[in-house]
Amino acid sequence: MASARRSLNVVGKPLPRVDAWGKATGRTRYADDLSLPRMLYGRLLLSTQPHALIKRIDVSRALELEGVVAVITGRDVPVRYGIMPVGQDETALAVDKVRYAGEPVAAVAALDEDTAEEALSLIEVEYEPLRPIMSIEEALRLPEPRIHDYVPAGNIHRLASLEFGDVAQGFAEADYVREDLFFFQGNTHLPMEQHSALAYWDPAEGKLTLWSSTQTPHYVQRALAKALELPENRVRVIATPVGGGFGGKSDPFHHEICAAKLSMLTGRPVKITLTREEVFYAHRGRHPELMWVRTGVKRDGRITAMEFQAFLDGGAYSSYGPATTYYAGTFQTITYRIPHYRFQAVRVFTNKPPCGPKRGHGTPQPRYALEVHLDKLAHDLGLDPVELRLRNLTGPNEVTVNWLHITSNGLRQCIERIVEASGWREKRGRLPYGRGIGFAVSAYMCGAGLPIYYNDMPHSEVQVKVDRSGNVTAYSMAIDIGQGSDTVIATVVAEVLGLYPEDIRLVTADTDLTPIDLGSYSSRVTMMVGNAAYEAAMKARQLIFRAAARELGVPVRRLEARDRTVFDRRDPSRALPFAEAARLAEARFGLISTIGSYRPPQRLGTYKGSGVGPSPAYSYSACAVEVQCDPETGEVKVEKVWLAHDIGRPINPILVEGQIEGSVYMALGEVLMEEQAFRKGQHRAPSMLDYKSPTIKEMPPVVSILVETDEPRGPFGAKEVGQGPLLCVIPAVANAVYDALGVRIDETPITPEKVLKALDEKAKGGPGRVGPERKPDFAFREPTRVERPPGWPHYRPHEEG
Amino acid sequence: MAADLTGRSNTVAEATTKAPVRLLVNGQPYELLVPVHRTLLETLREDLQLTGTKHGCEVGECGMCTVLLDGEPVLSCLTLTVEVEGRTVTTVEGLERGGELHPLQKAFAQMGATQCGYCTPAMLLTAKSLLDRSPSPSEDEIREALSGVLCRCTGYIKIIAAVEMAARQMGAPDSVA
Amino acid sequence: MLRLPRFQYVRPSSLREAVSALADCGPQAMPVAGGTDVYPKMKRRQFLPRYLVSLQGVPELKGIRGDERAGLVIGAGCTLTEVASHPVVRRFYPGLAKAIESISTPVLRNMGTIGGNLCLDTRCNYYDQTLPWRAALGWCMKAPDPGGWPMAPEAAPAENQVPCRVAPGSPRCWAVASSDGAPALMALGAQARLVGPRGERVVPVGELYRDDGMFFLEKSQAELVAEVLLPPADGTRSTYWKLRRRGAFDFPVLGVAVALSLDTDGRVAWARLAVTGVASRPLLMDEAARLLVGQKPSPELVEAVAQAVYLPVRPLDNTDFAHYYRKRMAGVYVRRALQELLGPAAAA
Repeated sequence: MASARRSLNVVGKPLPRVDAWGKATGRTRYADDLSLPRMLYGRLLLSTQPHALIKRIDVSRALELEGVVAVITGRDVPVRYGIMPVGQDETALAVDKVRYAGEPVAAVAALDEDTAEEALSLIEVEYEPLRPIMSIEEALRLPEPRIHDYVPAGNIHRLASLEFGDVAQGFAEADYVREDLFFFQGNTHLPMEQHSALAYWDPAEGKLTLWSSTQTPHYVQRALAKALELPENRVRVIATPVGGGFGGKSDPFHHEICAAKLSMLTGRPVKITLTREEVFYAHRGRHPELMWVRTGVKRDGRITAMEFQAFLDGGAYSSYGPATTYYAGTFQTITYRIPHYRFQAVRVFTNKPPCGPKRGHGTPQPRYALEVHLDKLAHDLGLDPVELRLRNLTGPNEVTVNWLHITSNGLRQCIERIVEASGWREKRGRLPYGRGIGFAVSAYMCGAGLPIYYNDMPHSEVQVKVDRSGNVTAYSMAIDIGQGSDTVIATVVAEVLGLYPEDIRLVTADTDLTPIDLGSYSSRVTMMVGNAAYEAAMKARQLIFRAAARELGVPVRRLEARDRTVFDRRDPSRALPFAEAARLAEARFGLISTIGSYRPPQRLGTYKGSGVGPSPAYSYSACAVEVQCDPETGEVKVEKVWLAHDIGRPINPILVEGQIEGSVYMALGEVLMEEQAFRKGQHRAPSMLDYKSPTIKEMPPVVSILVETDEPRGPFGAKEVGQGPLLCVIPAVANAVYDALGVRIDETPITPEKVLKALDEKAKGGPGRVGPERKPDFAFREPTRVERPPGWPHYRPHEEG
Repeated sequence: MAADLTGRSNTVAEATTKAPVRLLVNGQPYELLVPVHRTLLETLREDLQLTGTKHGCEVGECGMCTVLLDGEPVLSCLTLTVEVEGRTVTTVEGLERGGELHPLQKAFAQMGATQCGYCTPAMLLTAKSLLDRSPSPSEDEIREALSGVLCRCTGYIKIIAAVEMAARQMGAPDSVA
Repeated sequence: MLRLPRFQYVRPSSLREAVSALADCGPQAMPVAGGTDVYPKMKRRQFLPRYLVSLQGVPELKGIRGDERAGLVIGAGCTLTEVASHPVVRRFYPGLAKAIESISTPVLRNMGTIGGNLCLDTRCNYYDQTLPWRAALGWCMKAPDPGGWPMAPEAAPAENQVPCRVAPGSPRCWAVASSDGAPALMALGAQARLVGPRGERVVPVGELYRDDGMFFLEKSQAELVAEVLLPPADGTRSTYWKLRRRGAFDFPVLGVAVALSLDTDGRVAWARLAVTGVASRPLLMDEAARLLVGQKPSPELVEAVAQAVYLPVRPLDNTDFAHYYRKRMAGVYVRRALQELLGPAAAA
């Protein structure tokens, strides 16, 4: 694929997004913008209890209210579902028991929203409260009351315990060992668009259609079919343009199933749009996570062994938690060569809205812990933190100790570019008191190597149809959540066919009309949809070239397509307009409709747990952050961020920069102010005012540096950028605060209160640290021992497959 | 002011729950009979089908529903439709002039200032009102003017760049046409 | 979508009509100007007025008159944008301009009025929540049932059984004064002209407030703040320092307003200092201000004043930022505000 490099026409060009015009004119229709004739408005009644048995629900008064058409409760939709096959623990409305304050217990459909809301106040629910479990420590300590009965014991949801190589031996080889504890506070996606779904059940056809703001139409289709006991092929899900996802719209949700059920009961379309408060309860955001890390190093800083333990607060349901549990320990090894590595994690249930995947899914927490820990290690050893990292870096074409295959790897270039651009060497340790610079690196996957549910089918398929008008349509289930997937598909297809992105008509995200794509999660779309689109477009091009070659009397191999023309490379005057070539092709071959399918490479590891982490490729990032801290108020102001990202090759550099800037933004919110915090069993602040999302005034300038490594598995060499750049920013800020003030805030968010507390402590001769004090007393089971890949860290291709 | 106003009037009888309203939206006159508790946001989206105006909280904490009222940005979620009587409303659908996009719309598209696009209408309208009163704003002025609209995608950087670009283009005499 | 509850709408076209409408409709009526405080609270069912009396059609509430020599008269219905952008306010009453410009966001300031900001409901993070959230909490003293806030003392239930959630043993509500305009105006020595059924009166702005989170205004239900009267500027220096998490949207969780003037020999001739965000009403810190009078600026003087503010303030844990942090910042912000006004001689 890299051969196409020499003469790229649209790939790599800063062209406008194909959906920019609709968005800049207000024409883009988001889910809540839709309405249908006779549509009813639905609303959800929320649990007032964090943990309770439902003794009685009486909806009779609500049903009597004029304008109310239907009311349902948990008994009407009792079938369990969940995003992961091992986590089928949700119901659309609570059945017999509620597990967090804000969990939906009943749903109303009415002629208008005023009436629906009024009806909610007429539903009587009698609860028998149970003791709420609100923290990791409580969940580990208290076997009763149990939040779920289906897990083997207490409130332990998932466990992971793995050892690669021989950690005891690795620590024995170490000259120096350090251990640290960190806490990462939970936070949420806060998409500007509230989740919304419009359902229409056609009783005559026996078919359900759901328009929804979702990142995963395919998984929603499966969950709807299951929860409503319909055949999957009777359920059509159309993902509407998503007004912000960040992982928060990747699960099947209550309101989607309730809207569908209410439509089935009433025979009328039903729309449910979550209130902002309900978006906080839908959540699936960042897990609060307590982490312990211990690393052994040689005197020169080379790592000999590492242990990492993570305690994840999962909230009340599984969601993606089984995967998140493993992500706590999976990617430490793709930035650093760790010869012996032990990883143990436990995810507990608590009586809070369920946690799940937020941008970086399960990896920002351990990355924060790891990068701050290494910063401390470097100081202990008297090394420049950059130097410590350079001595441990992975390289291209390696296999990690946990059997992840790294293909391209631009981490070293990212670091070099950041050191140079930020003035790291001149600034570190030399800025005036209060000002500081911090550094960190990170890596992320380009798509999960395994689907959510086990199957042998492709992860992504694209159809390309060329008709006699010269119009090209690409069909894909990918959904643009703002990351630019529509533009990626159009750009790839346009490049191959010699057209422009705006020439490509897109039909996307409709389970009836488009071939599979698993969804906009795990940074998979550019890699997987891009490759499928490339393959489909190449097949179409082949047919068009064959027809054109005959017409022009030149061999196919000499043909090239660009600027909407097919021409002889040797004699460009021998040319056909693309539309003419398309007509010739249709005349000769019939309908020009081609397909592409993408399956990620087989994973190398076969141990239990090896399904989380493999990816076709990994993106790399490095970051420096300069801060100005006020030692009197504890305020931390980020002055500037430099971020270098190994993108492979950019399909569109504007999109890439936008993802970097957005990632930096989201990271700064997480590290400085955002908290999904609870008090007395309730979300502390489920509002836009009290959940502190940074405004335009907090955003510092960002220097984005694109490092190109030409990933052999990526479409036109491309890798992901949607999530990876977020990861390193958080620890870089923490490290910068240390450089500025000499205090360690080992707990997010880094608030002024914590900074002052650490400074006070330091002034009294203490260590100047705020963070967790002790590791929970929890006995992990003996780790499963996994042999290191033979020849580690060098990759031997014959072992693949 | 009279010292004693305690004499009963018939205010209570005059209190209304519905009222006729005339308003001009994007140059189009409308006459509506609306419940007094209906907000301009609801009227625009649900009665006039102008769904370009978004909402993210409905209580003035996000800025998504910003529209221009007589040229000034206001939150449509906190404006009663009955109080817009006789006034001029501009929504994102009204930014185009005779099929030609506003320079801000072009700049937002070209600079990558929209990602998910959900805050874009509010950003565009707020920026328009800024450029109407301050044709070449400083970056600080842009930040101040747009500080009432949240965005979770872009980090605001390309939005600022787009406003600067539009300002330059609108200022350049030969590019106005 | 959160929507407004139903209500009956009254639109008087004069101040006299407005007052009489409020009197006629009784305690179930509420005045509304910009709506930026009232409508969110109605949508969250904290306020459930039966009648809304709109002040938007009242011409007497509009306009700013006067100048820095005579003083300014600001109509209570002026938007915050109008006040903060008025050239005399900007030049001669910068503390007021700074305070007003720090309110929420530019778009909200285009709607909210100065009168509305003075009458801003007290805030508390147990109270400023949606109906379902407060139901789950079991309500709070300030909004003790689903019917919303008792609009006036006379409409309050005889016996309020619901505790204050931030101080459960307390007989009173501890919601926090959150107006930025109030402390700035208090420091400047501004007065408010109130018009009610029994006539009108003029009071210092600080006397509009009671030390009670529930019934925080010293005015009758049918009385309206009609005007704000600023004294002649006459060499007044003023500023406002606000603690909040973000540079927009956020209410003050501490606000320090200072106004003073210097003699020809550089001594403080008079000073007023007001603090908001730390109690149920904005506090005029007379003792602290008195320390300044007759003194030449010095770091020691500034520190003494900062201490005199820091020591007595007692914020509770019901806003953003920890209460102990807000208390600590009270001293820091007073010091910084004074250093800004007094210049290098006051800097440490």
